Amino acid sequence: MTWLTWRQFRGSATMMAAVLVVLTVVLALTGPDLASRYAAGIAGCTPDDTCDRFFDRFFDEHQLPFVAVSFVVLALPALVGLFWGAPLITRELEAGTHLLVWNQSVTRNRWLAVKLGIVGLAAMAAACVCGLAVTWWSDPLDKSAVPDLALMAPLVFGARGIAPMGYAAFAFILGVAVGMLVRHTLPAMAITLAVFAAVQFAMPLLVRPHLMPPVTATFELSQVNMGGIHVEEQGGPVQISTRPAVPGHAGSWVLSSDLLDSSGRTIAGSGEEAPVPVSVTSGPCSPQEAGPHGLDACWLEINRLGYRQHATYQPLERFWAFQWIETGIYALLTLGLTWFSFWWLRRRLS
Amino acid sequence: MTSVLQAQALGKRYGKRWALRECTVDIPAGHVVGLVGPNGAGKTTLLKLAGGQLEPTTGDITVLGGRPGSTPAQLARVGFVAQDTPLYAALSVAEHLRLGARLNPRWDAALARERSGQLGLDPSHRAGKLSGGQRAQLALTLGLAKRPELLIMDEPVASLDPLARREFLQRLTEATAEHKLSVVLSSHLVSDLEKVCDHLIVLVDSRVRVAGEVDRLLATHHRLTGPRHAFDRFPFDQRVISVSHTDQQSTVVVRTGSPIHDPAWTVSRLSLEDLVLAYMDTSTENRRAHLEVQR
Repeated sequence: MTWLTWRQFRGSATMMAAVLVVLTVVLALTGPDLASRYAAGIAGCTPDDTCDRFFDRFFDEHQLPFVAVSFVVLALPALVGLFWGAPLITRELEAGTHLLVWNQSVTRNRWLAVKLGIVGLAAMAAACVCGLAVTWWSDPLDKSAVPDLALMAPLVFGARGIAPMGYAAFAFILGVAVGMLVRHTLPAMAITLAVFAAVQFAMPLLVRPHLMPPVTATFELSQVNMGGIHVEEQGGPVQISTRPAVPGHAGSWVLSSDLLDSSGRTIAGSGEEAPVPVSVTSGPCSPQEAGPHGLDACWLEINRLGYRQHATYQPLERFWAFQWIETGIYALLTLGLTWFSFWWLRRRLS
Repeated sequence: MTSVLQAQALGKRYGKRWALRECTVDIPAGHVVGLVGPNGAGKTTLLKLAGGQLEPTTGDITVLGGRPGSTPAQLARVGFVAQDTPLYAALSVAEHLRLGARLNPRWDAALARERSGQLGLDPSHRAGKLSGGQRAQLALTLGLAKRPELLIMDEPVASLDPLARREFLQRLTEATAEHKLSVVLSSHLVSDLEKVCDHLIVLVDSRVRVAGEVDRLLATHHRLTGPRHAFDRFPFDQRVISVSHTDQQSTVVVRTGSPIHDPAWTVSRLSLEDLVLAYMDTSTENRRAHLEVQR
């Protein structure tokens, strides 16, 4: 059975291996250079405290490859589900070859177990290699990324560490189970993609924020957590807004960021603007006063008036804990669908 | 005499539709059994139940004394060639034989090599490029080289042209005699089965109509032809299989062990095809009910 499974799978396996070899070679060749440039930049910016600007510049220069490799890691599990999972059984059902193989001296359970074992483990190995290689390569960029692409932020979290392995295992068995239910390759692929995408959106939106109780804290305003100052052209009050970052906890995933006034009342939620009684024509917030440190003096003035950021966030220190928990959740989903596949094979599929 | 296949009140339902109902048959070993019936009569269902690909809804089935498809040992004893003789299109002939060798403990490599050589199958040819006849022969080779005690084949010749059909059936007969196996094969054409079968099961409308050895069936079924008015005093102790009338004449097919002496009726023998057609005539059921009323 192992021979037959390998014979059927070797084409896809070879293609995947080739893609992974190319990817890891490219990452291995460019990774050390990226790391040394980051180290040099940090050494240069630390004495005069301009590392924020170095981070911005460094990340800006490498944003395209950063997004590209992250996308590869995010897409790989979906592709595995579509092209390895869904056709695994439907291809046999469509050609009727399941009747050929079921009538050799191999039980159906063993047939499915070997198929799931070999292809499933290959899928997990591919996602694991891909995920860890990208995690290693993008380490300097993850340290300098903008808040929206912080390591804990939804888009990046799923493209790092061991979670992709869990996604791949789940996407694969999802494809197999859907294929067994609908029995035709193309509809099975479409449904697999839709369900997998729905799960991948639901996870960061509904589940991941609650894996551990988020940290709640109040912060002084600074250029780290403030979006900017905004005045209507026709005049009117000066508006400020927070952005999803918290001072001193770079890489965090900020779930909510409210603006409080001096009495501790919330005057603006995440992404909303609120008026503050400062002048932009004179004083610390006027353009004339903006020195080499930008609006720092202005933020000091607004802090003095009692305004604060109230944020809930998942700090970066929880990265690996979250990775293990999330991988565990997907492992449980995978086991559930595996059980279902065997049950369906026994009860209904023939 | 041992049985290769025993079914007791066997039934299979898909949703609300019964594909097979109250099927009770006992097939003795050492025969080539033909399973015949119109399309959709439940032939494939019965064979799949025997192969263990389906679980019965009601009743029991044992094949060679065991539950079908339950263990590798049971699977090894039963060969199965599915409808349309499915093969892996991307795999070569040699790879199919290797598949058989890998997946069957009793695989007879010499037999497989010899047969595929006789058939002129190029080992490097992909199965997807074989002709229908070659595909069927390769599937039969896989089934035979497994060295089963019972070989089940579902419409193995349905997609073949007459020449390939004859050759396939001939090879099957040779192999059956050589390896002393029991064979069950289905077809919706009696002419295919007539050449190879010595035992027959007629399946109509998901029920078994008649089953038995071909010679016995032919000896006990008669066609009676007589004047139409004689039909009113028809010997009703006979089991009527089918009735047809013209203006002048009535033709009745009956099953009986005893000779018929009524001078009004001319008795003639039936061919196997006529016999099967008489059972397939589904309107007979209504006619027989009609006769009951007349009585």
